[in-house]
Amino acid sequence: MESVGVVIVSHSPKVAEGAADMVRQMVGEEVPLAWTGGNPSGGLGTDVGQIMSAIDRAWSNAGVVVLVDLGGAETNSEMAIEMLPEERRGRVLICNAPVVEGAVVAATEAAGGSSVDLVRQTAEEYSAR
Amino acid sequence: MDLGAELRAELVKAVATVIDRHADELTSLDQAIGDGDHGINMKRGFEAVLADVANLSAKPWPDFLKGVGTMLVMKVGGASGPLYGTLFMALGKDLPAEPGRADLVRAFRGAVTAVQARGKSERGQKTMLDVLIPTAEALEAGTADAAAVARAAHAAADATIPVKALRGRASFLGDRSIGHMDPGARSSALMIEAIASVLEKA
Repeated sequence: MESVGVVIVSHSPKVAEGAADMVRQMVGEEVPLAWTGGNPSGGLGTDVGQIMSAIDRAWSNAGVVVLVDLGGAETNSEMAIEMLPEERRGRVLICNAPVVEGAVVAATEAAGGSSVDLVRQTAEEYSAR
Repeated sequence: MDLGAELRAELVKAVATVIDRHADELTSLDQAIGDGDHGINMKRGFEAVLADVANLSAKPWPDFLKGVGTMLVMKVGGASGPLYGTLFMALGKDLPAEPGRADLVRAFRGAVTAVQARGKSERGQKTMLDVLIPTAEALEAGTADAAAVARAAHAAADATIPVKALRGRASFLGDRSIGHMDPGARSSALMIEAIASVLEKA
């Protein structure tokens, strides 16, 4: 059974990469993981095309969860998901969780072989505590 | 080149020009209550649309609008990209190849509803919807004169000044967002003015 993939989307590429480093150190290599940050000119912001490509890099047939930071990251991630091919769209879920903690918790849950719904739920419950 | 293509190119140029001219102003409005990138983001988006204007405007209305929307989604980089992108894409989805005024009024309302869903927001939260919704209403009420449409849009943008932001980055400021015009409301009013004035001459 493939593990659910994790995508980290931040306005800042440094935040996204740093969060991904933490996931790798704490959870290891078995979970598909990708990060993206920065707007199409390389400034702070997010880029729909880059988010689509990150989802592709972290793709798993079990699905992908996306962790986002502030407002535009969420709106752009929702847009990116809608622009995916139809057979992938329903298997990508945005987590309402803090980006760093959520990514580590989601990846830990994903490494245990959980479904995409359960991975999201666990990440969100963590942030509600 | 058919007349439609000429009109579509003119619309793109008018909107790109007004955004370019007001980019610094939009950025300073956004610096007051947001993250200060609205002007530069919108400028980047419409520069990309303008660079592709020959190709885009040669397409029929639905494909033209979908193309403009997609480009904004891909190039803007902030939340305004998907929001304005959705507006144009929804217009493209709904308008027939040869739209009349009634089609435009109906499609505009539908597109505003799509933006509302995309932003999970409603009127009165100090967003672009505070301009888009009154504009849809003015059009539905039969306002046909471009100057009147523009006046209504700018009055609606001005009316966001005393409002407390409930959505977007500005909402983090709480009461401190009061006293500033919403940058998205301002960019919407500017675009509506530019579009109405081109369409009136068409």
